Amino acid sequence: MSAKDNFIKVKHLYNRAGFGISYADLEKLSKKNLTKVVDNLLKDSQKNDPINLVNDYESRRQLLVQAGLYSKKELTDEEKKMRQEIIREQNEVSRDLNIAFITKMINTDAPLKEKMTLFWHGHFACRSNNPFFAQQLNNIQRTNALGSFKTLLVEVSKSPAMLQYLNNQQNRKGKPNENFARELMELFTLGRGNYTEQDIKESARSFTGWMYDKDGSFIFRQNLHDAGTKTFFGKIGNFEGENIIDIILEKPETAQFIARKVYKFFVNDNPNEDHIKELATHFYNSKYDIASMMKKLFTSDWFYSPENVGTKIKSPAEFLVGLSREFYVTYNKPQVLIQLQSSLGQYLFNPPNVAGWPGGQSWIDSSSLMLRMRIPSLVLNDGEIDFSGKADPEDEAVIALSRTATTNANANMKPKSYVNANADWPKFLNTLPKGLTPLELTEFLLQPKLNTKITTMVSDNKGLRSTAVEITSMPEYQLC
Amino acid sequence: MNRRNFLRNTGFVAAGSLFVPAFMKPLEAMALDELSLYKNLVVVQLSGGNDGLNTVIPFGNDIYYQKRNSIAIKPEEVIKLNNMQGLNPNMAALQEIYDQGWMTIINDVGYPNPDRSHFRSMDIWQTGSDSNQFLSTGWIGRYLDSNCQTCKFPYTAIEVDDSLSLAMKGQTKKGIALKDPATLFRNTNDPFFKAMLQNDKEHLDEDNLGYLYKTMIETSSSASYIQNTSKIYQSKSTYPTSGFANQLKTVSKFISSGLKTRVYYVSLSGFDTHVNQTGQQGNLLKQYSEGMAAFLKDLKSNNKLEDTLVITFSEFGRRVEQNASNGTDHGTANNMFVFGGKLKKQGIFNAAPNLSDLDTGDLKYQLDFRQVYGTILDKWLDVNNADILNKKFNTLDFI
Repeated sequence: MSAKDNFIKVKHLYNRAGFGISYADLEKLSKKNLTKVVDNLLKDSQKNDPINLVNDYESRRQLLVQAGLYSKKELTDEEKKMRQEIIREQNEVSRDLNIAFITKMINTDAPLKEKMTLFWHGHFACRSNNPFFAQQLNNIQRTNALGSFKTLLVEVSKSPAMLQYLNNQQNRKGKPNENFARELMELFTLGRGNYTEQDIKESARSFTGWMYDKDGSFIFRQNLHDAGTKTFFGKIGNFEGENIIDIILEKPETAQFIARKVYKFFVNDNPNEDHIKELATHFYNSKYDIASMMKKLFTSDWFYSPENVGTKIKSPAEFLVGLSREFYVTYNKPQVLIQLQSSLGQYLFNPPNVAGWPGGQSWIDSSSLMLRMRIPSLVLNDGEIDFSGKADPEDEAVIALSRTATTNANANMKPKSYVNANADWPKFLNTLPKGLTPLELTEFLLQPKLNTKITTMVSDNKGLRSTAVEITSMPEYQLC
Repeated sequence: MNRRNFLRNTGFVAAGSLFVPAFMKPLEAMALDELSLYKNLVVVQLSGGNDGLNTVIPFGNDIYYQKRNSIAIKPEEVIKLNNMQGLNPNMAALQEIYDQGWMTIINDVGYPNPDRSHFRSMDIWQTGSDSNQFLSTGWIGRYLDSNCQTCKFPYTAIEVDDSLSLAMKGQTKKGIALKDPATLFRNTNDPFFKAMLQNDKEHLDEDNLGYLYKTMIETSSSASYIQNTSKIYQSKSTYPTSGFANQLKTVSKFISSGLKTRVYYVSLSGFDTHVNQTGQQGNLLKQYSEGMAAFLKDLKSNNKLEDTLVITFSEFGRRVEQNASNGTDHGTANNMFVFGGKLKKQGIFNAAPNLSDLDTGDLKYQLDFRQVYGTILDKWLDVNNADILNKKFNTLDFI
């Protein structure tokens, strides 16, 4: 294998398994054996590195206060103020948590771990008004990102965020709520068509009593649990939640469903059934070891074949994180990262629904593409943005409370905001070898094969910096 | 090369002349053949869950006054439409519209197992799904996908906003979002953007890169078409000064200049009123009514009212009983408004909500919102509603 060949492969690997790679690292790593590079990626991800932004003690205190307020019929003015203040604080911390996640992806030295966390963030899609719950779920997804899928699934299922979001809190003996049981099978494990309505009913009974207490910890409430006999996929027993998860994992359809999703996320929107089957079999035989499946994927020849290189549309998170990493961008007003996520259609921690973001071509429409093409020049050249985006439905309450905001509710009157970011150009330029030509830089920055239009466009370019801004503003830069 | 402007000014800057690459010609040429009488649909979204009972007020029902002792609108203030229901006093601008027979109120619209989350409920209304079904395409998007005779162009559905709502996204086709046609035109006419599109036949494959270029070409093509078609028209009507009225003014400009767009989408936010509701909601209803009245009169003066149908919805209504903070909490069924010059049933379409037969404090719906969509799809947009809504809904007789 030639060095040039390996250069392209390692770049592809880092684009998909992470969020891109610097020229200097690429040069270094492409001298190594590819399997070793993959092993290193996995090794880098072993350290446990959770987000610890949300204060545990303060959150539990707020939960207790809220629980107390909910149980009252009439609130005094003082109590109403208290409730509003908690909601205001939670919204603020939720925004900080969003920024913490995206900043972590930008700065991490364990890119595969954060990429997998982003994958599970979309797979176990969940919204929670409570930033403590949201942080906890995000850390479950991070800690187990490359571990055992079973552990991940059990911990997600027991997380207050998910118990609340999918109404298992209301699932009790005699009055089952089937929401969690349905999504567990439809979206988290087996996929549609691989279970019956009866299976949902029986598993919902098995999850009765899975709740969290007012302290925000998982609790199994024996007295609310339906201890009767259930029939699930032909098996009969006094099943509890974990038994149901075990039976679901015994079915190869679960491995296939996850492998397919992994393939679509990391390899190609268009499934290749043979390759998915290969992955699924490996995943199933390894007893759902995620790291093992990922290694199999990243060391398969087909992962590096031309139809899988430079052909995937970056998700908004991949686009923003990749650009920011590539040029060492600091955001002086990090809130703009939320505005950009929202405008581009992937507001982290706020998936459209439990099915997550549909991905692929659905990321792109006329307005999101126009914005994507403008963002690099806005971020890298510190420009003004007059793209106000839509009010988030949960911002509606805030809008409704403020008279002036309502008058301005219709975006025409929203003030322009500045991206207010700095790219570290000297640092970026220092990673490049001496004498690198604009054309060579273009080859490095773009993943799809260059055509004559692009080579002609950059051939008369003088500076590397202006070339970089230009190249990142092209449709080709939307692909990885 | 003029690209430097792009880099310096960090946006797409107006420069250069109108330039249509040769390979885009067929799209432009097609557009010219299809001038015909256009029936338009305008969808208005009130975001935040508007309290329908304080919008169309059941002043003839004592229960309303019992359950809302501090936020109920006094009978003498209500703009009475019949002896049971009337409009919020802030909606005075709509009285004339109503009296002209250009308005229909549909009471109690909802769906089974309603969801009270803003997000989820808005998804349900925008996709037209059941409450336990997740769709990633919107009902107007699927109408575009249906390959209706006039659905080829992105400008078949325009949202007057910066970003596109889920309602407007189909599997293979999507509408276009723009706040101001001149800005979009300037942006797509930037030399850098144009350079991207030059000599690029090789990119128009079915793969993702082809899809990006196709989207760029369509955006550019639509921007030129919209700008060139609508710039000649100048509205003579006066609109109130509000963002919402501005959106409608833009829609009216498009309709009156003969733009071949079938669906327009606009929204007004701020309806999530849990606390001290009356002032806030009144303010918004006033903006809504004054904007809408100006819009409808403008269309009338341009002989476009008969070709236009406007519907207004919100993701849910509110609970019948007020809460302890002089507001209302998330509820279920709600009223919808229909406007147009050719309504079959004018005035109040169906019985007022029954306030004595509630579902744990919430209104029971009389009509499924997809019956309203279905009626519009069948009778106004001329497609079979079952193809778009995934099952057949019985149509109603308001158009």
